[in-house]
Amino acid sequence: MVERAVRGLRVVGHRVVNSVWRLGYASRFFSLTLLKSATSFRRFHLTIKEIYFTGVLSLIIIIVSGLFVGMVLGLQGYETLQKYGSAEAVGTLVALSLTRELGPVVAALLFASRAGSAMTAEIGLMKATEQIAAMEMMAVDPIARVIGPRFWGGVISMPLLAAMFSAVGVFGGYLITVVLIGVDEGAFWSQMQNAVDFRQDIVNGVIKSVVFGVAVTAIALFEGYDAPPTAEGVSGATTRTVVTSSLAILGLDFVLTAFMFRGA
Amino acid sequence: MENLVEVKDVSFTYDVRPVLQRINMTVPRGKVVTIMGLSGCGKTTLLRLIAGWLKPTAGEVRVAGRATHELTHDEIYEMRRKMGMLFQFGALFTDMSVFDNVAFPLREHTGLPESMIRDLVMMKLHAVGLRGVHRRMPAELSGGMQRRVALARAIALDPLLIMYDEPFTALDPISFSAIGHVIRRLNDTLGATSIVVTHDVQETLPIVDYVYFMSDGAVVAQGTPDDIRNSREPFVHQFVWGEIDGPMAFHYPGAPYREELRLEPAHG
Repeated sequence: MVERAVRGLRVVGHRVVNSVWRLGYASRFFSLTLLKSATSFRRFHLTIKEIYFTGVLSLIIIIVSGLFVGMVLGLQGYETLQKYGSAEAVGTLVALSLTRELGPVVAALLFASRAGSAMTAEIGLMKATEQIAAMEMMAVDPIARVIGPRFWGGVISMPLLAAMFSAVGVFGGYLITVVLIGVDEGAFWSQMQNAVDFRQDIVNGVIKSVVFGVAVTAIALFEGYDAPPTAEGVSGATTRTVVTSSLAILGLDFVLTAFMFRGA
Repeated sequence: MENLVEVKDVSFTYDVRPVLQRINMTVPRGKVVTIMGLSGCGKTTLLRLIAGWLKPTAGEVRVAGRATHELTHDEIYEMRRKMGMLFQFGALFTDMSVFDNVAFPLREHTGLPESMIRDLVMMKLHAVGLRGVHRRMPAELSGGMQRRVALARAIALDPLLIMYDEPFTALDPISFSAIGHVIRRLNDTLGATSIVVTHDVQETLPIVDYVYFMSDGAVVAQGTPDDIRNSREPFVHQFVWGEIDGPMAFHYPGAPYREELRLEPAHG
């Protein structure tokens, strides 16, 4: 009985120590990535290439999802607002929901599953096939050459994708409410223009998406770099990237929202 | 003759598991030296110690007269620029073409204009007989060709020391002799020094100058290829002639067979 309790305690202890160790390793990895960022900007074409892979190639899923989310918001908003005779306010509802919340959050969730998982799998496989080791052997620092450009590529892409998501979403809302249902076009746009504040809504949305971009890319790159060099290792790391970054996005969103929109 | 690499009384322990025990080895300039032994005997660890990747737990590794464990991070990178390493499966960058792979070290470390890089890459690819595939991606090449491209990349900066980690693994016989031939020729024409880690005895002996045999993390025999062929030492004899029975047991130690199959009751 005592032996079993001791063994249980030991397992718990081992897990805690492991988690703390891994957290420390991740922090060190993140600091090194930031410290060695000079290459990503001095040789900006490396970062541009990554912006293409993480940003441009994610455009289709972002645009299609944005359009549908905007259309659904338009439908639902109109349904509720017309009961109170203020159907024209649907433009405001769509725009605020998208710029403040849905744009940054949904775009980041899609970014994590589309680009984050791809980044983890790529880095994990580069490690498993000794490409990272070969780079080290050629006296080229893999953190500066491989991780840095991917990190900054992701951080730059994320707010642009979120902006694209919101813009297309607003257009989706317009299509449904103005073109299809027949809400007054002038009221739709003017109410939206009056209600959406640049500093309060747009800038805060952009800040959120930058924070999500840092979180998702850092998690994806660390998981890839830390993945055991086996098929199970890489697949496990890819799953962890999507799960951890999705939870991180939602958690961070709550904290940021609490700071940004306190009934002001 | 001056030695390029000197391994003196080197031991290495991974966590608590001893991997290398008091290894002594010298690699003279201009020679091709091979390290032979079964998989898992510590050969690759030894290469990593020479490359300054790992630090010895005891003893020292000197490359071109300098002890690797005393070097700073930048000095180790400086040293590695004069080394080329061929990995077991090539380790080519799969997102780059053959040309870009070979050009990689040149673009990273030299400020040469693109026209000159092109000429150098073509010369290196010509040396391994693959100038004709420079536009292809690594996935479009056979295993043997990939390894030759990786070799062209390893010699791109004209290294003093070329290290080969199991260069013959999983190759067809033609690629096999092609790689062997290229290793010897490159060493002699570049004036380099080579270390070949392998367990392919018959194919390697004709192309090398000196052989070290390792077993369980220690050097158990050494000599010229002729010494090795004529050796009466049981370990070397078993290894060279591929005999199943000998000092190296076929069976990994385990519980008694009959007991494992539950043919007789365990003690107690």
